[in-house]
Amino acid sequence: MREAPLPRTDTCRQVLPFPGRAASGPCLSARGVRYAAGGRTLIEGLNLRLPHSGITMVMGPNGAGKSLLLRLLHGLILPAAGGIFWGDAPLDATARKAQAMVFQKPVLLRRSVTANVDFVLRPSDMSRRDALLRRVGLMDRAAQPARLLSGGEQQRLALARALATGPHLLFLDEPTASLDPASALMIEDILREERKRGTKIVCVTHDVGQARRLADDVVFLSQGRLVEHRAADAFFAAPEAPAARAYLEGRLTL
Amino acid sequence: MAFALVLSGDGDLYRIVALSLRVSLTATALACLFGLPLGALLAVARFRGRAVALVLVNALMGLPPVVVGLLVYLHLSRSGPLGFLGLLYTPTAMIIAQCILITPIVAALSRQVLEDLNDEYAEQFRSLSLTRLQSIRALLWDGRFTLLTVALAGFGRAVAEVGAVIIVGGNIDHLTRVMTTAIALETSKGDLALALALGIVLMVIALGVNGLVQSVRMSAVRQAYA
Repeated sequence: MREAPLPRTDTCRQVLPFPGRAASGPCLSARGVRYAAGGRTLIEGLNLRLPHSGITMVMGPNGAGKSLLLRLLHGLILPAAGGIFWGDAPLDATARKAQAMVFQKPVLLRRSVTANVDFVLRPSDMSRRDALLRRVGLMDRAAQPARLLSGGEQQRLALARALATGPHLLFLDEPTASLDPASALMIEDILREERKRGTKIVCVTHDVGQARRLADDVVFLSQGRLVEHRAADAFFAAPEAPAARAYLEGRLTL
Repeated sequence: MAFALVLSGDGDLYRIVALSLRVSLTATALACLFGLPLGALLAVARFRGRAVALVLVNALMGLPPVVVGLLVYLHLSRSGPLGFLGLLYTPTAMIIAQCILITPIVAALSRQVLEDLNDEYAEQFRSLSLTRLQSIRALLWDGRFTLLTVALAGFGRAVAEVGAVIIVGGNIDHLTRVMTTAIALETSKGDLALALALGIVLMVIALGVNGLVQSVRMSAVRQAYA
């Protein structure tokens, strides 16, 4: 595994060009994580420390464990060995409340567009709802049933709902996998805006072009193992791991 | 003759129908009050003994009405533990009996509906760090149109049963006589016209309520709210 040098302490100090959030804070890390299901080890010996800010793109072929990694980092599933840490402390309920996740297939409530956003807003934050819907381009759909929206609109609504929780860390599992290019670019614009606001974003993608456009650093997984974690420019210029090189050249599909 | 009786606006007949509706609708509302949260809890909670609880609730769906009637009778009779309330042979006793009869139906059917819904929502709810109570409230709200059908199943069982209400209500004229007990009495007396008239009203109510619930549900399905 080739990983770029990271700070020794689990509190990352970085110079952020973005206003809005503190320039330092606890980092999310995975230490010695193993995950098994159905008698198979799906993630093995995973050590990872995510930078405090920017967009981390998680890449790798199908079955590499990308979605599992996101679920482990978000605390949706628990590792069989090792642990997920927020700073020096194990990930707990309080730390999880600072995170949000957008799933590949958006899970929307059987309610209107506004009611889906209201569901996660505190009563004192209700004034933010219209601004959020405007940001994701759904203000004119506000009163419509959420599950009658198009795929792209549903994904944007799921993103608006995730942002409504005011996350410090946002996970996205292939958010544009089934969207047309225009919808995908719209989601990318929103992610860039969020990065500017200081939200840490961790996104799984199969779209190399999207990763090049958005990534600050890339985590590359293969067969349940972290094989490379580097700054995006360096990764795309010359990936060091053979599996990553093969993947970018379109030779590794499984 | 039976149709003529229905159309004549016979006072006795409509008093019986009104009492039937009052008793069964109140029992259904109370059964939903207890049964829906119980069903939702069984749908989302994982605890030791849950499998036994599910078997028990499912088994209680087949409670014989006469057994429920007998148990309520024993508790409400003058020498019973709740005899001091003086509820025996009152509509309240009938409501209690019907409520006990249909609460397991509402709980078991709603558990199934809400468990399916929870399978879809569970990961999103965990991601949002919802408490169990918040999850249950959200599931009950989002499943509301499907749960109408569950309530309808409970109402159907309540309004059609005779064994429990005849034991605890006593089928007293102008006080506790409902459609089913009246049908049983009039048939045994040979007054088939009144029995048939009540039977027609019972069928019309069943069809009407079913039609109403179905149309509400279909409208919700069109809006993707069900």
